[in-house]
Amino acid sequence: MNKRSISLALLCVLALLVSGCERPSFQRAQNGFRGTAMVNVQNPRINAEKEQANQLPPSTGLASADGPRASEVYKNVKVLGNLSQAQFTTFMVSMTSWVAPQQGCAYCHNVANFAEDALYTKTVARRMIQMNQNINANWKAHVQGTGVTCYTCHRGNNIPQNVWFKDAPQKISGPALGQRNGQNEPAMSVGYASLTNEPFSLYLLENHPTRVQGKQGLPYGNLKTTQDTENVYGIMMHFSKSLGVNCTYCHNSRAFSDWSQSTPQRALAWHAIQMVKDINNTYMYPLTGVFPEHRLGATGDVAKANCITCHQGVNKPLYGKSMLGDFPYLAQQYSEKKLTEAIVAVK
Amino acid sequence: MDYQNLFTQTQVVGPENHGAPINEYDLRERTQSIGFSYLLGKLGNAQLGPLYLGRLGVASIAFGIVAFVIVGFNMLAQVHWNPIQMVRQLFWLSLDPPSPKYGLRLAPLSEGGWWNICGLFLTVSILLWWMRTYRRAKALGLGTHVPWAFAAAIWLFLVLGLFRPVLMGSWSEGVPFGIFPHLDWTAAISIRYGNLFYNPFHMLSIFFLYGSVLLFGMHGATILAVGRYGGEREIEQIVDRGTASERAALFWRWTMGFNATMESIHRWAWWFAVLCPVSGGIGILLTGTFVDNWYLWAMHHGMVPAYPTTSVVDPALATPAFAPTVEGLK
Repeated sequence: MNKRSISLALLCVLALLVSGCERPSFQRAQNGFRGTAMVNVQNPRINAEKEQANQLPPSTGLASADGPRASEVYKNVKVLGNLSQAQFTTFMVSMTSWVAPQQGCAYCHNVANFAEDALYTKTVARRMIQMNQNINANWKAHVQGTGVTCYTCHRGNNIPQNVWFKDAPQKISGPALGQRNGQNEPAMSVGYASLTNEPFSLYLLENHPTRVQGKQGLPYGNLKTTQDTENVYGIMMHFSKSLGVNCTYCHNSRAFSDWSQSTPQRALAWHAIQMVKDINNTYMYPLTGVFPEHRLGATGDVAKANCITCHQGVNKPLYGKSMLGDFPYLAQQYSEKKLTEAIVAVK
Repeated sequence: MDYQNLFTQTQVVGPENHGAPINEYDLRERTQSIGFSYLLGKLGNAQLGPLYLGRLGVASIAFGIVAFVIVGFNMLAQVHWNPIQMVRQLFWLSLDPPSPKYGLRLAPLSEGGWWNICGLFLTVSILLWWMRTYRRAKALGLGTHVPWAFAAAIWLFLVLGLFRPVLMGSWSEGVPFGIFPHLDWTAAISIRYGNLFYNPFHMLSIFFLYGSVLLFGMHGATILAVGRYGGEREIEQIVDRGTASERAALFWRWTMGFNATMESIHRWAWWFAVLCPVSGGIGILLTGTFVDNWYLWAMHHGMVPAYPTTSVVDPALATPAFAPTVEGLK
């Protein structure tokens, strides 16, 4: 029965061709009304890899808030001057281990004169501390009490591993052939779909609502197009990949736009979009001139944040463990006026 | 007993058969050479030829090649004329329709103009091929069932690429020429217009699609199963039933209480196949033109039950969206 075995083998190969790429087995957790396919699918094997990448660094313990202020002890302390000397030095050491574990203090400081602002990295670091404070104090709607620190994004790297730049505009040569429309390329940013490879400018830098579905059954002047929807689809693929979740983590896919069928996570994600726009416009964009050219993108734009910058594949960065207990001053309010002055001074 | 196998076992090879002589002109257009292929015989008839190309066929293939080449060279240019990358990225590559800002005007070639030109050539090619099937059916003295079934598929093609974009006032609503891109387009149009699953014509189209599969499976199985009693003489058995036909009919009456006849089963299959693209085309034509959100439309008409609310409220009602204020950005 040689023929039969060949047929069977062919059938098996065919089955492999049409099967998905992720090896089972999966865990499934229902997160909505029964029968609506509101199920969160997770793969324990892949999660085990993520777990290693999302461990907290060892705790430094809470440094004493007593003693002389940092601004009295050190010169040129512009952002964290009201910290105690103990808090300040603890934070500086921690920050070094989060952002520049190889280069050490010299990554931001002239070691002969720590007060000097000669290195661009110091200017950037100062703004990033303010950004931390802004996120933790003003974007509780997204980061809640967990908050963020430098480590949430940097994880021991000078530049967070996941940042985005604008795509260089495509040069069309010859008889006007080969327009890619910034899409139709297998890009990780949109989960290897053929959707817009860089949907971030529209939704995480500029202020374009992702809402494309109409609010009424019959036409009433909703001018959103199918191509707009492809862009939204692209950014949503990015959400999904960044958080390691499927569509139904936030939406009931039968009516994506209906809030009353969505999960509470969707509201958190809406605040996240607003927060990332704040990060990219208020903090990253004004720093464009501060960075040296090799840190900028193909169009000379600064590195910018999106969902995966913090989330790094899990629904809660670092599995929702807070580091703010050791660094409460990263959640304090600071004056926006001083902040603006600092930007002007930088320029 | 050969019919009891799932795969074709018998291969009858006779002398070369040039087919019914129709008239001098048609005979002149046919190729004279006839070949036999054992492998082709595994799939269908082992005889290859005579082919009839004719003027319509030549014109159709010429227009089709132009469309194919326009898509191909656009894809090749996208990978900087690298054939290896062309193969690797083939499923992602695409010739996209113009952006919405061009409406129904002809966009510059690099901005989607090629899509319009390619669509024109492809449409002409397909319509010429349809005329060819019609003319050949007539020439052989056949009914025109095949051309009209083909026309049903052409209807859906024209709705997707011509009628609906024109009604919507924008070529940008058309389908990209690409493998994954046209699938992404399918998902996107469904999401934009509030979920096509709630479109009754989409429902009908799926019904006829799955129905076609079911009928095809039932009919093919029935005829193979009664092959040992001469059941393959289906057309004769329309009026002269014979034991194969009666056994097949009794089988279905036993198992489901009702049976088609040797004539009606073919009408069932033809109508299911034809109505699949016809109803699908109607559904697409109504999408965006007469209905903006199929889900809300279906809920309004009580088509499906509502689920309990999750009590999540749109946060934009309480908090304004963050609008960037930095100069130089919108």
